[in-house]
Amino acid sequence: MTDVALLVDVGLSFRDDLGIGGPARLDRKQAMAQLTMVKALNLALTEVMRENPNVMMMGQDVGIDEGVFRVTEGLLKEFGEDRVVDTPLAEAGIVGSAVGLCMKGFLPVCEMQFDGFSYQAFHQVEGHVRRLRNRTRGRFTCPMVIRMPYGGGIRAIEHHSEAPEATYAHLAGLKVVLPSGPRNARALLRAAILDPDPVVVLEPKAIYRAFREEVPDAPETMPIGKGVIARPGKDVTIITYAAMVRTVLEAAEELAEEHGVDAEVVDLLSVAPIDNDLINASVRKTGRAVVVHESYRHCGVGGEIVARIVEDSLMYLEAPIKRVTGYDTIIPFFANEQNWLPSSAKVVSAALETVRF
Amino acid sequence: MPRDTVPIPGKIEKIEILSHDGKLDTKLEPKLPDADLRKLFRYMLFTRMLDERCLHLQRQGRIGTYGPCKGQEATPLGVAYHLRKEDWFVPSYRELSGFLWRGWPVDRYMLWWGGHEIGSSIPPEVNDTPICVPIASQVQYAAGIAWGAKLRKDGTVVACFCGDGGTSEGDFHEGMNYATVFKVPLVMIVQNNQWAISVPRHKQTASQTIAQKAVAYGIDAMIVDGNDILAVLVAAKEAIDKARNGGGPTLIEAITYRLSMHTTADDPKKYRSEAEVKSWEAKDPLPRFRDYLRKKKLLDEKIEAVMEEDIRNELDTAVAKYEQYRHDPYAMFDYMYAQMTPELARQKQELKAALGGDVAPQRETARTHG
Ligand SMILES: Cc1ncc(C[n+]2csc(CCOP(=O)(O)OP(=O)(O)O)c2C)c(N)n1
Ligand SMILES: [Mg+2]
Repeated sequence: MTDVALLVDVGLSFRDDLGIGGPARLDRKQAMAQLTMVKALNLALTEVMRENPNVMMMGQDVGIDEGVFRVTEGLLKEFGEDRVVDTPLAEAGIVGSAVGLCMKGFLPVCEMQFDGFSYQAFHQVEGHVRRLRNRTRGRFTCPMVIRMPYGGGIRAIEHHSEAPEATYAHLAGLKVVLPSGPRNARALLRAAILDPDPVVVLEPKAIYRAFREEVPDAPETMPIGKGVIARPGKDVTIITYAAMVRTVLEAAEELAEEHGVDAEVVDLLSVAPIDNDLINASVRKTGRAVVVHESYRHCGVGGEIVARIVEDSLMYLEAPIKRVTGYDTIIPFFANEQNWLPSSAKVVSAALETVRF
Repeated sequence: MPRDTVPIPGKIEKIEILSHDGKLDTKLEPKLPDADLRKLFRYMLFTRMLDERCLHLQRQGRIGTYGPCKGQEATPLGVAYHLRKEDWFVPSYRELSGFLWRGWPVDRYMLWWGGHEIGSSIPPEVNDTPICVPIASQVQYAAGIAWGAKLRKDGTVVACFCGDGGTSEGDFHEGMNYATVFKVPLVMIVQNNQWAISVPRHKQTASQTIAQKAVAYGIDAMIVDGNDILAVLVAAKEAIDKARNGGGPTLIEAITYRLSMHTTADDPKKYRSEAEVKSWEAKDPLPRFRDYLRKKKLLDEKIEAVMEEDIRNELDTAVAKYEQYRHDPYAMFDYMYAQMTPELARQKQELKAALGGDVAPQRETARTHG
């Protein structure tokens, strides 16, 4: 049912397309559309649902309302109420029943309306979703997707700005991906749906509509667990993902223009699995590393990245590694959230500290 | 071995007193002092006007996303009226009339929607919990507060609110189950406003009514016309008295309607008809209560005009106070623990440095290899 061959096939070539050099090296011969991330995600869902009648979209307000961010626009109309389901208001119900649907051969895509409410489904995720393959020794599997708007930056109310990637990445059995732009969002969501295991797709809501990108007409996928170099450089490696990729790229420009520092930016795209090779190859080249994410610092993904660098490339380091993250507090209400989030200024000063060490 | 229908105990009463077309059941009509009736109306009007003001502030970008409560003014108010000061009011987010009656400062309410934590800081003299966003999660702590009241034998009662959508959450069921197993003084009010964002009530539960869920918990329920404040007053008094006298929880399903959008981020035209909204506008609790009071000669256009003017002035003052508020950007660190951890203190300094204040103290890093 899941098309692993396709995944590997198209996935490997994709990385070259979007690899070093970034969007500038996209294949211009392909037909392209300028899409926001919301539209790109919508495209991925539409494509997969057309190809595979087992794919279902389920969640709160995903049907007639087309999702509170409109990611599911047009789906109810095209695929009907059996495949695009407005569920009762219960996150554990969405994910828990999706486990059963998986056992009956469906491929449910579960939407959590916001990151902060995904915790209401947590016992199902921990107790069943991530365990099913292992505990039944492969008799049953859970190829579902749990997607949710992720992170801060849109002046939302309480519980609507959470960054739970470390929480999910900590649960072996899950894969956790975080797109950083429309094109990779579409490819990653497709890969997540086709993946034979459960994948949590965290969609940075701050960039849902922040910019458009060229997205080819033909469906694309990417390998889950592989990152890309979003900007090549030689002086310091800045490792990040999700909405922070933009913040970091902005910081990299400032570092280049005002400080003569050439930063290499690694966009992980996936935090479980994590692209160990890419991280270490870059750090071995530059000898310096800064890790940036909006989630909490304590036990955050940044700590995992630092550990991998220390384990594999300690002797290549010229300076201590820096972390620029959200603080170990509750993300403030929106009037103060920008002070909590990493900013390009915070990234610049951390990068300079490592360079000037 | 007979095969029998099992008689299930449990009573579901339906209470309507003042219909939307002005018919009054004088036998059921609660007898409240005139001054109280007028005061209740003022709070209802205040709620409506504050709600409109907040929508206006949202459109001008002076507060963030706003969740209006238009059409749902009667139910929280009717319940709050019968609570004592030392009782507890445990809301979700659409109980503005109740917040005001209980004594929440208006500017605090605006501060919450304006993106400031201080909006969740209920004044110490008010026994209420803050606005609760994770749907139905408040039902669990409401049950806990009521349990505590029972253990303390302090005679207090807890009134908790959630929406029709909220009854689908595990938290609703678990909270109700605890409340009834431990027979705690809880009055659970479900404001059934027919919609949970775009999901209609009939897609939320296959039960004919929400009230009948009470039967499964082994308690009684009431269905009230939630847009009829007289009916709410009667039902709330009975349930609160019963809870106070050790009779345990009651579930009240208040039938009402969200006349406005879910929040300012929502477009209800996508999922519900104008005709439906119109039909509920005819059942609006505010003009219904106003006409009742006019018939009683407790209100007339002149009194109402003065009231409106007063409220407008109060709102102007509250908006000014709200906009004068200056948040402390470092307060995010101060309330995490009773005593700030060294790590948090360091991060606080780090933010100060980032904002151009003091220089961040560094953790010591060894500068030499080996
Ligand atoms: C646990 C949880 N899931 C989802 C949401 C998003 N959400 C906010 S309000 C709402 C609908 C609530 O409907 P209802 O309980 O009927 O209350 P109403 O808004 O109609 O007053 C949803 C799904 C949330 N706040 N909390
Ligand atoms: Mg509702």
